[in-house]
Amino acid sequence: MSVLDIKDLTVEFPSRKSVFVAVDDVTLSVEAGKVLGIVGESGAGKSTVGNAVIGLLQEPGHIARGEIYLHGARIDQLPYSEKRRLRGRKIGMIFQDPLTSLDPLQTVESQLVETIRTHLPLSSRAARKRAVELIDAVGIPNPGERVKQYPHQFSGGMRQRVVIALALCAEPELVIADEPTTALDVSIQAQILDLMKRLCEERNVAMMVITHDMGVIADITDHVAVMYQGRLVEYGETRQVLGTPNHAYTQSLISAVPRHDVRVERFPVVNYIEKAGTPQKQIDISTHWLGKVRDYEKVTGPLVQVRDLDMRFETRGSVFRSRRKYFQAVRKVSFDIQEGETFGLVGESGSGKSTIARLITGLYQPSGGSVQFGTTELTSLKNRKEVLAMRRQMQMIFQDPFSSLNARMRVREIIAEPIRFHRLASGNAEVRQIVDDLLDHVGLGAQAGKKFPHEFSGGQRQRISIARALATRPRFLICDEPTSALDVSIQAQILNLLKDLQEELGLTMLFISHDLAVIRQMCNRVGVMRNGDLCEVADCDRLFEAPQHAYTRELLSLMPSLDLLSRANLETV
Amino acid sequence: MPTVSNEEAKAAVQDRSEAVAPQGRMARALDSDLFHAFLKSRITVVAAIGTLILFALAALAPWIAPHDPFDLASISIMDARVPPVWMDYSDPRFPLGTDDQGRDLLSGIFYGMRISLIVGFCSVIAAAVIGITLGLIAGYAGGRVDAIIMRIADVQLTFPAILIALLIDGIANGIVGNLDREVFAFYILIVSLALSFWVQYARTVRGSTMVEKNKEYVQAARVIGIPPAIIMARHILPNVMGPVLVIATINLALAIVTEATLSFLGVGMPPTQPSLGTLIAIGNDFLYSGEWWIAIFPGLALALLVLNVNLLGDWLRDALNPKLR
Repeated sequence: MSVLDIKDLTVEFPSRKSVFVAVDDVTLSVEAGKVLGIVGESGAGKSTVGNAVIGLLQEPGHIARGEIYLHGARIDQLPYSEKRRLRGRKIGMIFQDPLTSLDPLQTVESQLVETIRTHLPLSSRAARKRAVELIDAVGIPNPGERVKQYPHQFSGGMRQRVVIALALCAEPELVIADEPTTALDVSIQAQILDLMKRLCEERNVAMMVITHDMGVIADITDHVAVMYQGRLVEYGETRQVLGTPNHAYTQSLISAVPRHDVRVERFPVVNYIEKAGTPQKQIDISTHWLGKVRDYEKVTGPLVQVRDLDMRFETRGSVFRSRRKYFQAVRKVSFDIQEGETFGLVGESGSGKSTIARLITGLYQPSGGSVQFGTTELTSLKNRKEVLAMRRQMQMIFQDPFSSLNARMRVREIIAEPIRFHRLASGNAEVRQIVDDLLDHVGLGAQAGKKFPHEFSGGQRQRISIARALATRPRFLICDEPTSALDVSIQAQILNLLKDLQEELGLTMLFISHDLAVIRQMCNRVGVMRNGDLCEVADCDRLFEAPQHAYTRELLSLMPSLDLLSRANLETV
Repeated sequence: MPTVSNEEAKAAVQDRSEAVAPQGRMARALDSDLFHAFLKSRITVVAAIGTLILFALAALAPWIAPHDPFDLASISIMDARVPPVWMDYSDPRFPLGTDDQGRDLLSGIFYGMRISLIVGFCSVIAAAVIGITLGLIAGYAGGRVDAIIMRIADVQLTFPAILIALLIDGIANGIVGNLDREVFAFYILIVSLALSFWVQYARTVRGSTMVEKNKEYVQAARVIGIPPAIIMARHILPNVMGPVLVIATINLALAIVTEATLSFLGVGMPPTQPSLGTLIAIGNDFLYSGEWWIAIFPGLALALLVLNVNLLGDWLRDALNPKLR
């Protein structure tokens, strides 16, 4: 018998003008000891399903139709107080961000004991004993001592283990995990997924994992439900759904996942989602403003040479030099980037990749070392005019499309600003024409210029960002995690666009990502970073096939296995 | 296994995006969530209408007031201290009675409100300009500049507005002499109010600026090469204006009250150009001799004005704060 049964669930969010149907007629069930994955892109309604089950729908959302059964007993119509009793007791929750889902002012033990005693009739001594057992069960070494510690004394992965222990406190029958590993690094993600799968089987708990990541689905789920725009488009055994997807959307979702084992020329894009996408208009680069001969000097050696770059941030200031404390973000890093190539930097969060990007563009001043661009030493530039000339040659695309555009400016103004500022065109009419062409060229259409950034989706905003970066006619483009905030299908489109632009304009790129698969698809050469050190620099294919450094090998071994996906991939490509 | 065809799914997408945004600036404003939230709150609508009426009365004072209290030719000492119309010995020419010099109180209130509002607006604008500029610089530059500006702000906070006004008034009187006081009283008031209110703007703007300057759109502008002054003015300023508007609205009420206090104490507007505070001060002398109306009616007008503006400001604060929605 299944633990959770969802029948014809429809969740609506009425707003002033219309009713938004977040979940539309979804029927699912989860069995004890099995893992059900709900996968979909942002806005697909997958989290809303989870929230409807635990009765935590955000106002004004409500269940319009349908029934939810837990062990055959209907729970969606229970009064609030009864639903509250279910949460934690029968249904455990694991949230996305382990940094915010624990109370920083209470020890791990007191949080666990509080939850245990709320739900189970245990003495405080027995509850404490149980807390230690739980911490032991989620694989935290030395549980007796660690329970007395505060959350900040645990690392991100360890905290997520504590959150899992909290969810398991009262022996729930169902655990709902909403993006449990999205905030974690790859190496930790694999461990947490293993742990969840093991606990689920050992304790015979039904688990519902909500994620956007096909790798997670392939790794731990037994059944999978694919959601799109609130609807269930495909539902079945994971092996079967991923291996032989029936629905076009599932196929496109799977084929858009970048692969780390084989390099492909372009990402297979099934144009299924992007609504306002207009076909990319081709411009004859040889005659257009964008491709006009630039006043750039020819370089014989590498275009960018980074030598012994050092960056430390002051973490404690003091009048006395000896009392100051520093955090070493980048330590003696050296590499070259040849003209026309894409150089990748890969590493986990905090490894210093973004700091390097900001050092090269001059957003940070390095503590030591040098950056040479062409024949110019960037750190030695004093004259403002020289600095501006350099700024024009290198541009940057940022990670977060929601904060990288000024919300109070129209798109046209945002893109025109660098052109006007650097006086790259004469007269308003010409600037206008260039902006329209740029918008066309990144696949948004000139009409987009009249709107404000908030009227666009994440992928479209990233296109605006790219258009802005191109507006100075740069020769060197730095992409700092350009797609990590985007859905996979949109990621594929953006990466294709970047590839096309690079080819057309002969751009040199520094491509920063934490995602090895993306790096493999985009880069010619790759540098691997760890805690501020550059461990290994190698040609892309060599790095993936014959990694030299131990850390590189570790990273590669932790990639989620895409065996199931690969098969489907080969069929659709 | 339920499946949906591509066409069906695409149609569903289109269904959801059907809500078309109305064209035109005015239509968009009337359609905005802010405006609907406004209509929903009864008290706010009443406060807004009240504020508008009071502003109109003040602005149109020269045309709608029955008398001109500044026209010495039309005032007669014989009409002094006439009670309101519903009392004995009243005069139908003076609906709310007259003050000790025979000036019509109703007209006095209209004109007084006008002066109070002008002083209020001017001082709020002056304080906002000083505060926003210093706040932007402190927040964007950080480090030593920030420390110096914010320490000045801290010191500033230890002086109450009245003390600053008395100081400036004293110094100004020493320089320009008592004769020109009537000309300069207005400017002295504005400067002293602005100097005591700018700190709040500076602190708020500094905080928001420190958040905004680390956002990627500011970094993008820096990568383009745009100099700090333009980044602050064009990119950061529009994004930190929300809280400033709220403070300005609430400060308007505060400025009016402070102005009234100063005038009541005799360091504000002179009796020849009476603001509401001056009128109350005049009435204060007669409060115990039975002529209560000279102080009470201007006091009521002041209370109404401040209450309406404050209610509006409170609502604006809640409406613009997404956390409280």
